[in-house]
Amino acid sequence: MKTELAVIGAGPAGLCAAIEAAKNGVDVTLIDENRTAGGQLFKQIHRFFGSEEHLAGIRGFEIGDMLLEDAEKYGVKVLLDTVVWGLFPDLKLGLSDGKSVTIMEAQKIVVSTGASENSLSFTGWTLPNIMGAGAAQTMVNVQRVLPGEKVLIIGSGNVGLIVAFQLLQAGAEVVAVVEALPEVRGYQVHASKIVRMGIPILTNHTITRAEGDTRVRQAEIAQIDAQFKPLAGSETILDVDLICIAVGLRPLAELCWMAGMEFEYEPQLGGFVPLHDESMQSSIDGIWVAGDVAGIEEASSAMEEGRLAGVAAAVSLDKIERKLGGESMDQARLRLRALRLGPYGDNRQESKERIIQRYYAM
Amino acid sequence: MSVNGSSLIDRTNGIITLEEIRKYNGYPSEERFSKGPVPIIECIEEIPCNPCETVCNRNLIKVGTPITNCPRLIDPDGECTGCAQCIIICPGLAVFIVDKTFSTREASISLPYEELPLPEEGESIIGIDRTGRAVCEGHIHKVLRNRKFSHTNVVTIVIPKHFADDVRHFQRRDK
Repeated sequence: MKTELAVIGAGPAGLCAAIEAAKNGVDVTLIDENRTAGGQLFKQIHRFFGSEEHLAGIRGFEIGDMLLEDAEKYGVKVLLDTVVWGLFPDLKLGLSDGKSVTIMEAQKIVVSTGASENSLSFTGWTLPNIMGAGAAQTMVNVQRVLPGEKVLIIGSGNVGLIVAFQLLQAGAEVVAVVEALPEVRGYQVHASKIVRMGIPILTNHTITRAEGDTRVRQAEIAQIDAQFKPLAGSETILDVDLICIAVGLRPLAELCWMAGMEFEYEPQLGGFVPLHDESMQSSIDGIWVAGDVAGIEEASSAMEEGRLAGVAAAVSLDKIERKLGGESMDQARLRLRALRLGPYGDNRQESKERIIQRYYAM
Repeated sequence: MSVNGSSLIDRTNGIITLEEIRKYNGYPSEERFSKGPVPIIECIEEIPCNPCETVCNRNLIKVGTPITNCPRLIDPDGECTGCAQCIIICPGLAVFIVDKTFSTREASISLPYEELPLPEEGESIIGIDRTGRAVCEGHIHKVLRNRKFSHTNVVTIVIPKHFADDVRHFQRRDK
């Protein structure tokens, strides 16, 4: 099997990379292990932030529909239910569709494999119905299954706050959101809307244990001191049948490690992230990275990074004039820069600049 | 310790206060309230987001450059028609339209509503403030829904005027 550009992961970054490349005449194969393309966009039933050019005010799943339509329009070949299990020298990919294993030869590759949720261990954490907030969000918004009726959310970042609201929309009662730090991590607008709906956000609190039988039945939370030690006597028992863990994400970068990319540890971006230049070119010639695998942000930035990688790949395949491609990439960079403005973006912008500096210092 | 941004904002509990709104978005004067409906924007952080500015066809909401500026209402003369597009488009569900001219003793609050089932017009409700506390009684005046709104419905509640600066949510009686 041969392709000009293989894009691994059909989330917002991968879809945008594939669309931009295909638009410029590249033969693109977009590969995803799931049954449908779109990554996490189809569980994002909320409206996105940003400006008009970032599609602000439009819901994630609607953006997903728009991208799928474009991918089809520009002739992106999509391989679903297909796992990329290996990335080998000379840009070869190991694929499996569950029945057979094949090797694909690509001239260029974009790795846009996304992220995985961090876990949190506490006594009883392996009980059924203690799950990632993202998992609960998929169950509710994609599978249309309400995993529990009385919910405790651990973590007050935007994922925790948004999932709290969406579980409420789905008919669950959210007992509380607990946050180990002294301050709410996510946007105040997201926090405010769940607080006025009656969900308390308890900062300086953590979960100390969970109890249950065939599923979780109770959670014990406690106030903590500045060293994150539970304060004796501050424990509260909550009756819950679902605990959602929303304590951050990390890049799903196994294929990047396997390919031998250079990494840097950037806590603001979720951990070890592959070095890349301003066009998302990784330390391995012919492989670009885009989206959460290149540092945890959100779908809007993932889309812009995907566009950068897609255009850059098209330029390197001589499908688009360097100057024209450069202009299109400059515009994507400006849109990306706008998304990293303000107190929530500054840290990410600095981390990204360090990643790029390190790339050139290699 | 401040995790994100201005240390002047109280981030300990997720509650946005009227003082913070006054400071970062501005809060209309009673004189302005006397001229008709007013969009109240409760968005106190420097988030890169401006659809409220783009959507207002009378250009009454200002974000400007940089896009992280907190939005402000520039409508001294009461040009707002109460069209509610700013309520619908806001991804933070942070825009409300308050009309203190609704009647002599009552004000109306139009707010984004993304729950089902929708309330009925005339239904009696409990007004809830920014902290989640029940503060007054009221009723549903209007429920605005349209396919073009993409699932954000605009519900207008009527409450005693005295609570118009505090009530930003409501609870249904049967729930």
